Amino acid sequence: MKKFKFEDFIFDFLIYGFLIAMAMVTILPVWHIIVASFSTSTDIATNSGLMLWTKNIDFGAYEMVFSDKALIGGFKNTLLYLGGSLPLNLFLTVLCGYFLACTNMYWKKPIAGLIMFTMFFNGGMIPNYLNIKDLGLMDSLWSLILSGALSVYNAVICKTAIEAIPESLKESAYIDGANDFKVIFKIILPLIKPTLAVLTLYYGVSHWNSWFNASIYIKDADLLPVQNVLRSILVANSSTENIDADVFNSYAETIKYAAIVVSTAPIMCVYPFLQKYFNKGVMIGAVKG
Amino acid sequence: MKEKSFKSKIKKDFTRNKWKYFIVIPVIIYLLIFAYKPMYGLIIAFKRFRPQLGIMDSPWVGLQNFKSLFRDFYFTRSLRNTFTISLLSILLSFPAPVLLALLLNEVKVKWFKKTVQTITYMPHFISMVVICGMIISFTQTNGIITDIVVFFGGERANLLAQTKFFYPIYIISGIWQQVGWDSIIYLAALSGIDQEQYEAAKVDGAGRLKQMIYITLPGLIPTISMLLVLKLGKVLGVGYEKILLLYQPITYEVADVISTYSYRKAFVNADYGFSTAIGLFNSVVNIVFLLASNKLSKKMGQSGLF
Repeated sequence: MKKFKFEDFIFDFLIYGFLIAMAMVTILPVWHIIVASFSTSTDIATNSGLMLWTKNIDFGAYEMVFSDKALIGGFKNTLLYLGGSLPLNLFLTVLCGYFLACTNMYWKKPIAGLIMFTMFFNGGMIPNYLNIKDLGLMDSLWSLILSGALSVYNAVICKTAIEAIPESLKESAYIDGANDFKVIFKIILPLIKPTLAVLTLYYGVSHWNSWFNASIYIKDADLLPVQNVLRSILVANSSTENIDADVFNSYAETIKYAAIVVSTAPIMCVYPFLQKYFNKGVMIGAVKG
Repeated sequence: MKEKSFKSKIKKDFTRNKWKYFIVIPVIIYLLIFAYKPMYGLIIAFKRFRPQLGIMDSPWVGLQNFKSLFRDFYFTRSLRNTFTISLLSILLSFPAPVLLALLLNEVKVKWFKKTVQTITYMPHFISMVVICGMIISFTQTNGIITDIVVFFGGERANLLAQTKFFYPIYIISGIWQQVGWDSIIYLAALSGIDQEQYEAAKVDGAGRLKQMIYITLPGLIPTISMLLVLKLGKVLGVGYEKILLLYQPITYEVADVISTYSYRKAFVNADYGFSTAIGLFNSVVNIVFLLASNKLSKKMGQSGLF
């Protein structure tokens, strides 16, 4: 027997109303960008307010984006950067997480302290820059790959996942004569697959979206990742080269939107599939360290 | 005797754990090269750095960089702007995800909750370059946001070129981008609240709003205080990425923060020693704030960070 309460009805009404409004505010600017990317510059110029639909669907801007050498080069560099980074990221993160989850070690505390300290204090922008320069990594994708090879924060997430595995499982493996490598490969890795997927997403997104390091470490325009190319299109407002001036003009505005869509779509397609793992206390353990 | 037992302890530890120590070696080597070696580079804050001489051989100048730092008008300005932005984001951006989590917690229709979550997480995955590209496009003279400002009686002009609009744009776009993502941790904390409390409250006749205020919100306090400690520890840590993409000389007056000033000092003026002094000052203040707020949180009966 559920009693209808007017008060609760108002309460629900307000909550659902507010959440729908919020979802709208989040999605409309993005929708506007998507619609604008399928329009011509004249459509955009004559349109006022949000673009919810366009009369003439036009793929011209996309043709421009996919024939733009700078952008294509940017995508290629970003993929190389990701391909070099992700295996190294996962390798170091699992090693670090495994060590942080170990107990009964005499030197555990000082070594863990050495690792954790880097979360709170680091050399900062200039010393890092000089370090990369000293190591001779300037103007190479290795500067980006190596400077972001391990996030201790992510290693702590990994540690939390490893700790959640019942001790008895690891214990019995040790008794059966398995060494640490066997335990990692046969027991731990299969059990923390969801966490590894989430960590891959975190690393992948942070590399895909990063631009700052490349802007100071890489001067050679042919090596710049896609975000840096985007930056010169969207923010510095300079048109990219090798595009015929007249054709360019009619898409001057829309090519920006198409570039945004193309560069953002890959991540947008991936994260919803991992969403259910975000909530599973993945983060709470990490913050608590 | 004691000496011997210590030695045998070390030996026993090593034979038992050698592979674990072996496993951590790559991590340690990596951190030594890419985290600890730059820390050694911090000494150029006390030097007049000459690139051709290198870190070692550049001449020492003692505290001179720091002295000129505190006499520098632009540094004090960036310090003020940094505090202002931090304070605004603690007052406005920090509570937003708490509110969102409280509201989402009241939604019992699963697909609706999940859809709202998927949508509000989305902006977190959009790159800063694209976010700023969107902001620039929406706030130019004929942009959508400018339309809204004009509707409320504002002047039609490029908003980013006006100092009075910089903070609102920075803060609101920040909330837009992060509110959903930041609510995750609160939602995770909410799943740990004892359901019996709600049953008891219902028996006592408490409505849903009262349950939210007296049961759900207090259940979040430990998480809130923990995150607040972290946030206070970053009070001078206003990042450069977004500001570098959004500010322009005309808005430096309000938008130039410590990190962006340090960036320009190094990469525009090539004054590396001075720039590093700024960075070092920044890190030290952040650590002091982190330790202080951690202590405060413990004093107030909340669990600290460490």
